[in-house]
Amino acid sequence: MKDATLTPDAAQFAAKPVDDVLIAGGGYVGLSLAVAVKAAAPHLSVRVVDGAPEGAWKRDGRASALAAAATRMLDVLGVWREILPEAEPIKRMVITDSKTGDPVRPVFLTFEGDGADGSPFAHMVQNVTLVGALRARAEALGIAIIPSAVAESFCTGPHQVELALADGSLLPARLLVACDGVRSRLRQSAGINTVVFDYGQSGIVTTVEHERPHEGTAHEHFLPAGPFATLPLRGNRSSLVWTERTEDANRLIESDDLIFEDQLERRFGRRLGALKVVGPRRAFPLGLTLARAFVAPRFALAGDAAHGIHPISGQGLNLGFKDVAALAETIVEADRLGLDIGSLSVLERYQTWRRFDTFRMGVTTDVLNRLFSNDMTPVRALRDFGLGLVDRMPKLKNFFISQAAGEADSTAPRLLGGRPI
Amino acid sequence: MTEAARTTIDQSEVDRFSALAAEWWNPHGKFKPLHKFNPVRLAYIRDKASEAFGRDPHAQRPLEGLRLLDIGCGGGLLSEPMARMGASVVGADASEKNIRIAETHAAGSGVSVDYRAVTAEALAEAGEAFDIILNMEVVEHVSDVPFFLSTCASMVKPGGLMFVATINRTMKAAALAIFAAENVLRWLPRGTHQYDKLVRPEELEAPLSAAGLAVTDRTGVFFNPFANHWALSADMDVNYMIIARRPA
Repeated sequence: MKDATLTPDAAQFAAKPVDDVLIAGGGYVGLSLAVAVKAAAPHLSVRVVDGAPEGAWKRDGRASALAAAATRMLDVLGVWREILPEAEPIKRMVITDSKTGDPVRPVFLTFEGDGADGSPFAHMVQNVTLVGALRARAEALGIAIIPSAVAESFCTGPHQVELALADGSLLPARLLVACDGVRSRLRQSAGINTVVFDYGQSGIVTTVEHERPHEGTAHEHFLPAGPFATLPLRGNRSSLVWTERTEDANRLIESDDLIFEDQLERRFGRRLGALKVVGPRRAFPLGLTLARAFVAPRFALAGDAAHGIHPISGQGLNLGFKDVAALAETIVEADRLGLDIGSLSVLERYQTWRRFDTFRMGVTTDVLNRLFSNDMTPVRALRDFGLGLVDRMPKLKNFFISQAAGEADSTAPRLLGGRPI
Repeated sequence: MTEAARTTIDQSEVDRFSALAAEWWNPHGKFKPLHKFNPVRLAYIRDKASEAFGRDPHAQRPLEGLRLLDIGCGGGLLSEPMARMGASVVGADASEKNIRIAETHAAGSGVSVDYRAVTAEALAEAGEAFDIILNMEVVEHVSDVPFFLSTCASMVKPGGLMFVATINRTMKAAALAIFAAENVLRWLPRGTHQYDKLVRPEELEAPLSAAGLAVTDRTGVFFNPFANHWALSADMDVNYMIIARRPA
């Protein structure tokens, strides 16, 4: 199957076939970009090379919060209908702030959440569901997805770029998009530097089962070591993002179940009854990695490759989808004008479109994290006061809700508004 | 060409652009303003031509089957996109050097354009005819604008269109398009434009009407320094475009 996608073209032409858009990375960013471009411009040849082996995506235990704008985009891309039955709406978000041992947690901020169109402002979706639906749609559109194809480096000529895979094969394209994650090799190959904020923190990610239903409520507790968030999944289950100092996080995931669950319960509380860890525990180092440039000739970064962001405000995936919407629109519009989709003058539009927003979001998240991962009493008093203030000021609160739902940007790409390109 | 033949070529202008030929396709080079300007004029041409010829502007090749002349094509910044949009394109330029650059680039891009180092007068004399003629950022560089335009107009087929884009001869244009662009923003090499060679809309429209073409659209194009991009505008004081059509 995978060989068949490579050979027929090669036999037809003396030279190797040149893809219009070659995407490195088979996660939701790479796949949704492939689908968005191909759906709007079926004549463009789009190929995805995925570093992971065949079927590895099925073993991803993580879940993601999809903002309203992201779900609108997935709807236009024709996959939301497949995902919706598996998605858990987040109806409320409760933010609390306390020391770990405090028995009672005063609630400072509640988002009784509706986006502008009356739908929940976010949905929790398992990555497996999201990626599975996007892969099916990509395949239906005739997009080749090549597994075990590790993108190593590339070189750029005047009219095309050539991607080198770890197995030594070379793939030429008019435009190469790196969606290969926060430690993007292609970003390094492009010589694009990053600004890194290392917090020395890791996020423990797992799934827990609880006795009583969560009623669609997400909780974010700001604990001294960092935020501890629970996000509602289908049934009596929640997804967990639990921030600790990296060494503590590593110790915790390696400790035995009894110790882990005891530590978990101290933070989660007993409001949903007894807890049981049902998924694998993993720790991901947190940090903020911002690429200094998003584009180079015939090359663009999208998703975590452009901006690995602290998950405190749940914006990582949604920023990635904003990249996808902006880049797909840039590519398709340039193609409709007969422009060279890989040229720097075209790609700079994408960069201008996304960089400011990303930088703003990155800095906001960084400030939030520095403010909240802190046990100093004056800081705590100040932020409690601040959160209380937000709750009493409807306008400010609406601003936060619309930000969380991804609705604030008036120049937002069409897909995020639920309109086709 | 006979000895008596009139020419619209201004040799000093041809030399000036030949010296810059290698820069044509560098988006950060000497022709950066043209690269920035390109999307707005391409969209205008595509949309207006689609309207006139009953095409879907979002189709893959909306200009399929239309014969198009890009006069003063330079390095091919317009010719290549027009060919990708389906038009069969003749790119003409008085500079041999520009034509060689354009040919090399098109070959690398895999785009087919018929590039010729030839003048509008020679094409007209050879009896060439086109559905669309593009005169974009050219008239301010030729000598004898009325003769040049009537020569071009003679090659427009019945029902065909001529697009003309240029810079108005106003004090505002002198301040923005020449002084600011060449001396302050350094967008363009000094001496790219001379004030007395700029052309007012009525100076385009008179010879076009005399040649039997009717003006069907006019628009200003304005640079928004805050958004850092060009957009169509009602203000024709600086950059502007007009369309003239030969009745079917």
